[in-house]
Amino acid sequence: MADRMADPLLVVDRVTRRFGGLLAVNSASLSAQKERITALIGPNGAGKTTLFSMISGFLKPSAGDICYAGEVITGEPPHRLARRGIARTFQIVQPFGGLTVLENILVGAHLHHRGRAEALATAEEVCRYVGLHDQLDRQADTLTVAGRKRLELARALAIEPKLLLLDEVLAGLNPSEIRDIVPVIRGLCGRGITIVMIEHVMQAVMSLAEHVFVLAEGKVIAEGAPAQVAADPVVIEAYLGHGAAAKLRALHAH
Amino acid sequence: MRGFIPIVVVVAVLASVPLVIHSNVTLNFLVVALMIALAGQGWNILGGYAGQYSFGHAAFFGTGAYVTAILQVRYGVNAWIGFGAGIVCGAALGGVIGALTFRSGLRGSYFALVTLAFAEVLRIIASVAPITGAGVGTLVHLDLGARAFQFQSRAVFYWIILALVALSLVVARLIKQSRFGAWLIAVRENEDAAKALGVDTSSVKTTAMIISGAMTAAAGCFYAQYFLFVDSGIAYGTWISIEALLTPIIGGVGTVFGPLLGALAVRLLGEGAKLVTGDVPGLDLILYGAVLVLVIWFTPRGLIGGCAQVRGWFARRGRPAVPFINEAGHG
Repeated sequence: MADRMADPLLVVDRVTRRFGGLLAVNSASLSAQKERITALIGPNGAGKTTLFSMISGFLKPSAGDICYAGEVITGEPPHRLARRGIARTFQIVQPFGGLTVLENILVGAHLHHRGRAEALATAEEVCRYVGLHDQLDRQADTLTVAGRKRLELARALAIEPKLLLLDEVLAGLNPSEIRDIVPVIRGLCGRGITIVMIEHVMQAVMSLAEHVFVLAEGKVIAEGAPAQVAADPVVIEAYLGHGAAAKLRALHAH
Repeated sequence: MRGFIPIVVVVAVLASVPLVIHSNVTLNFLVVALMIALAGQGWNILGGYAGQYSFGHAAFFGTGAYVTAILQVRYGVNAWIGFGAGIVCGAALGGVIGALTFRSGLRGSYFALVTLAFAEVLRIIASVAPITGAGVGTLVHLDLGARAFQFQSRAVFYWIILALVALSLVVARLIKQSRFGAWLIAVRENEDAAKALGVDTSSVKTTAMIISGAMTAAAGCFYAQYFLFVDSGIAYGTWISIEALLTPIIGGVGTVFGPLLGALAVRLLGEGAKLVTGDVPGLDLILYGAVLVLVIWFTPRGLIGGCAQVRGWFARRGRPAVPFINEAGHG
């Protein structure tokens, strides 16, 4: 834990969010190291996306603080956080449906480039990076699921973020599409981007993330290296139900 | 720079019309059509680009018209200054309505209803307040001459409104190719996604409403000078709210030339319907409405979108129908 605290870009400190009587996130804490990939996993309904929405400013925490680059950013609106360098993708992709791929990415590129020419140059570079350069003029509505996921990623990258929050960018992709996009995500760390990703595709989490936080029923129930977390009985029970860890052990013993 | 060539060509062609046609009826028709086009362009910036459908653009038109007329009649202000003041008041009203509605997060039909309510409230106030002349209205004194912004010749009025329309086309074009324009369109397409990309959606929408208000108010200012009479039913009436949103929708929402094309088409249709139906009262309105329904039915993206569609059909003809074969094979 001590070495994890070395140089965090993002620190979420005992953040809570209530929706009426429902406690979606319950005093959850996590941190993300600079230029590393941190994964956030957990069963459906654990509060992962709610936590992301609070980090990116779409929801205000009921309690707790969020620090980014040494400053408290709790409750700042999303557009201001985007200017600070926090980008997010949406679990349910949100393309500008009537616009082309390039126009979609251009909106993001304009954040730091007022002029159309520079913004276009940035947008095209991002397109090449994520592998959408052959579909620049295609209307976003007509893209395949994999294409839309790439577009979601490209648009977030176009604002030139320091912290990238990826909400299930691999969900709905087939194994070969996942194989294609994993190196793209890994490459981002080399470009100075810190990534926090929500992911259900465990194979990708294992190969990408250095550190994993497990959220269940709004609480962080485990954290550590991917392999260590995957073997944790508490985590197995959270996913598979009470007593599952013991049953699995018994199964392996035979 | 290339994007402005179509504007130069269209404006040049329109500017030469009074040199060829001297009929006052025709010129009057064109002046009114251009005035509606200007009001429609204002609506288009907010509704077409930013996707915020206002049902109450009469609020801006009426404010422009009343400010221009009242400043002259009651305070003896020069007409040109009154004209400028009318535009400024329209912009300010846009800022106020925008700040109130967008900061409180009103979207879609709620926004439309609130704009309608603003226009109606202003209409009712104007119909009773002494400063507007209440039910009688405000009559601008006849004082022919350039200094008083009153001209004997329809052609001069025509060139003035054309210059204003040309300016609105240039502004629409400039917005379209700017960062502000990209952000407006992003807001129209998906507000949450726009926010995530750093767009301050409520301030972007409010700015659009300020520009929109100024343009539609300019049409109202022109109305006051052209007809020299304003009352609450004209200035703040639903007719102008409808014309302002109908023209861009018929012409092509979110396009630079949509409002101009739409205004000419809608006005032609209105006059045509009267000619065809003759003396039967109300029949022309039925025909007018029916044709509008058909236009929107067949070209939901307006006349400009419809042209693109037709061009698409012709471009596709002659190509082998491979996709159909593939679909059949898989199905």
